[in-house]
Amino acid sequence: MARARDESSPLFAGNAAGTLRLIFYLALAVVLMVLDQRNGWLWRLRYHAAAVVEPVYRLAGLPALGVRTLSVAFADRERLTEQNQRLREDLLLANAKLNRMAAVAEQNQHLKELLDTQHSLELNVQLARVIGVDMGAYRYQLTLNVGARDGVKPGQPVIDAHGVMGQVKEVLPTTSVVMLVTDPEHAIPVVIERSGLRTVAYGSRDGEQLTLPDIPLAADVRVGDHLLTSGLGGRFPPGFPVGEIRSVAPASTGMFLVAQAQPAADIDRSDDVLLLHDQAEPDGPPAPVKPMGPPKDLAPPAGDAQGAPSNQTDTPASKPSTPSAAGGVPR
Amino acid sequence: MNRQRWSLWWFIGTLVFALLLMLVPLPAVLEPFKPYWPALILLYWTLESEDRVTLGLAFAIGLGADLLNGVVLGEQALRLCALVFIALRFRSRLRFFPMWQQTLAVLALLLNDRLLLLTVRVLSGASLPPSNWWISPFVGAALWPFLFLLLDDLRARLRLQ
Repeated sequence: MARARDESSPLFAGNAAGTLRLIFYLALAVVLMVLDQRNGWLWRLRYHAAAVVEPVYRLAGLPALGVRTLSVAFADRERLTEQNQRLREDLLLANAKLNRMAAVAEQNQHLKELLDTQHSLELNVQLARVIGVDMGAYRYQLTLNVGARDGVKPGQPVIDAHGVMGQVKEVLPTTSVVMLVTDPEHAIPVVIERSGLRTVAYGSRDGEQLTLPDIPLAADVRVGDHLLTSGLGGRFPPGFPVGEIRSVAPASTGMFLVAQAQPAADIDRSDDVLLLHDQAEPDGPPAPVKPMGPPKDLAPPAGDAQGAPSNQTDTPASKPSTPSAAGGVPR
Repeated sequence: MNRQRWSLWWFIGTLVFALLLMLVPLPAVLEPFKPYWPALILLYWTLESEDRVTLGLAFAIGLGADLLNGVVLGEQALRLCALVFIALRFRSRLRFFPMWQQTLAVLALLLNDRLLLLTVRVLSGASLPPSNWWISPFVGAALWPFLFLLLDDLRARLRLQ
């Protein structure tokens, strides 16, 4: 092949045009990064490019799927039998527990009805499968095989059999991305099961543990304590296992205790996860409680209260039995 | 004519394959050892192909990788542009280096790439990565001779340009 471009690819010196182009592209990249950091365009773009992005994910997930299938296909009989046996035992145990819990749950339901609250122990869940895709340096994310078309919404909690895994971060038409609880940018309100202390568990830098950096020095926290979701903040419903405390030490500032916790969920190993559809109660004050008191028809005529609502603020105590006056006050 | 078209498809195919390799997950133990495939393949084509690889192409591939990886748009575009620019500037010399020198040059390029990435990450507010994050360039450089010879051999066998 004749080298006609000798003068344009010199041995040593570069040409100014190349440098200029480089500066142009670098500037373009920096502008894009800044804009994306500010506005989060990327996700909108990804959503619209989903037709391209999602098949690529499925394709890239194939090797992981293949390995999984192969490991099942070539697993020896003995191991499968053993696994089957173990699963049977687990099921038996779980069923026994469930039977006992059923009575408790019924009692709980009954008591709650008496208290007139609307929490329920029912779980409204959707099964999802993890697609094996490596999301670059961010190992705190999972990709699931369900998306907007399956009714997934950002913010939905994701759990596995052992505890809370994280929450849905972004949704594409048929896949979604989950932010794990171990993400350094993730925080989850928790309560310590034994002592009832409320605090917040953050992800940690190495992406494998949870950090609880602001426990009061006098608080009663021990290694082995279990963490549950507290339900504060309204994102995660209360009572799900989050982790177990592995170490407690005073912070370097000496103002707080810092605890490290191991996540309860099998973050690395879960193939199937559950998406909770039951969104926890929304933020803000609770919904107005139905007034409890003598029946309405026994109340004195309430026409004056409805006609002049401004009276309520002036003399709320004067009409304790009118429903409209008691509406905003939770009991 | 047909041969040229095949060459073009081979070129595009290797680049797409590099993007796929980037997305394929490894077991957690091997994860830090994963080389930055798009950079390696782009480097190969920069050295081997007369004028297919330009800064614009590097930018486009970087944008595609950003889109797939879900990182800030423009991050890999910036990295690949810088990489390809340096490689293009020293192309004539890099091509005639003996393999071990070429490997060292690739190592330097990949380390520079990691430094750039670190700068971008720190500026965007991420925390410093763990120390095993620095293994990847060395793995990439160690793979370079094999990758280079393999791709060269395939190209010669298929009689593509």
